[in-house]
Amino acid sequence: MSEVRIVVNGVERFGVVEGRTLLSGFLRDGLGLTGTHVGCDTSQCGACVVHVDGQAVKSCTMFAVEADGRSVDTIEGQAAPDGTLNAIQQAFQDHHGLQCGFCTPGMVMSAAALLKENPTPGEAEIREYLEGNLCRCTGYHNIVKAILAASGQDVAAIAAE
Amino acid sequence: MYSFEVDKPGSVEAAVAALQIEEAMALGGGQTLIPTLKQRLASPSRLVSLAGIAEMKGVSAVDGVVTIGGGTPHATVAREAAGAYPALAALAGNIGDPAVRNRGTIGGSLANNDPAACYPSAALASGATIVTSSREIAADDYFQGMFTTALHEGEIVTAVRFPVPQAASYQKFEQPASRFALVGVFLARFAEGVRVAVTGASEDGVFRWSEAEEALNKEFRADALTGLAIAPENMIADLHGTKEYRAHLVSVMTKRAIRAVG
Repeated sequence: MSEVRIVVNGVERFGVVEGRTLLSGFLRDGLGLTGTHVGCDTSQCGACVVHVDGQAVKSCTMFAVEADGRSVDTIEGQAAPDGTLNAIQQAFQDHHGLQCGFCTPGMVMSAAALLKENPTPGEAEIREYLEGNLCRCTGYHNIVKAILAASGQDVAAIAAE
Repeated sequence: MYSFEVDKPGSVEAAVAALQIEEAMALGGGQTLIPTLKQRLASPSRLVSLAGIAEMKGVSAVDGVVTIGGGTPHATVAREAAGAYPALAALAGNIGDPAVRNRGTIGGSLANNDPAACYPSAALASGATIVTSSREIAADDYFQGMFTTALHEGEIVTAVRFPVPQAASYQKFEQPASRFALVGVFLARFAEGVRVAVTGASEDGVFRWSEAEEALNKEFRADALTGLAIAPENMIADLHGTKEYRAHLVSVMTKRAIRAVG
């Protein structure tokens, strides 16, 4: 067992974990932050995407001990403390970027990482960046629209396929 | 997963010492190893994480050679090698997906030598040197078959040195679910000659297509491959493609690489 100290959504958190404890497991079971979803547990689906030191990673494919001393941001830290959604979350609501919502935490965290690297991505760039995030409801179309809108771009140009 | 401890050494020397423990395994970015552990296909007593070793990270370009630390993630290579070796940076920027590229490392990829991984083709086509914790190995000697390399037990890939070709292109026919190469061809054109390395296709892992190299050394254009074919016998067959399909793709992707290089 190892002690870990991880700054999660700006708050320093401590825990005692096994070597094999995944970051996703520590967040969900250790800290009760169940917004980080585990969809496939095989690194494919991206529902578990969080940011580690600002970079998108699949938290089901990283050990909690590897995050020791680092900063982790999850979906719970995206809205303001009073519950006001951030621009990406609001755009997902406005553009119906979710149906069942299971993939949404990962989609929002990937979108946030993309917009940090590239503040005004084109449609193709958004689709490419979301290659590691699977949605089985919306067909991605409204997710792409939401991210365009969150980056202040016109979404009317995208025609339904 | 079975239970194990995780070590986090801060130097190559400490990592080599930690790997002396029986059943210890090196952990790079974990993008292959962690899924493997989840399936209980490996049962190490201890994982030695290489992520905290500063001397194994970074990209530098000096005198026509790009050197990449073994612990450098794909995303960093995509960004920092773009000026010095664009084809290599493009390859790195198309491995897996963005979150995987933030974790997976070049050293991990080369140590694993997955028969469908992208990096082995770049290392072999470039005539790279694999620098380890104890020696330097030429790429031509390093790759020894599917998931097999010249690495000894406990030996760590600390850096990879790529001679930069005059022109190069990596053409990947992607398996869309895994985003590995169904077939990938890396073509590198040096003053001394052309090198063509193929990944994803052979049951023996990455290989050089020497007949194509000879033909291209005589005449560098796609038509030079006319009449050349890869024998399907040793090709990989799975639900995504037959042996014949992969053999055909090798020619197609090589021609695309030739046209891309121009």
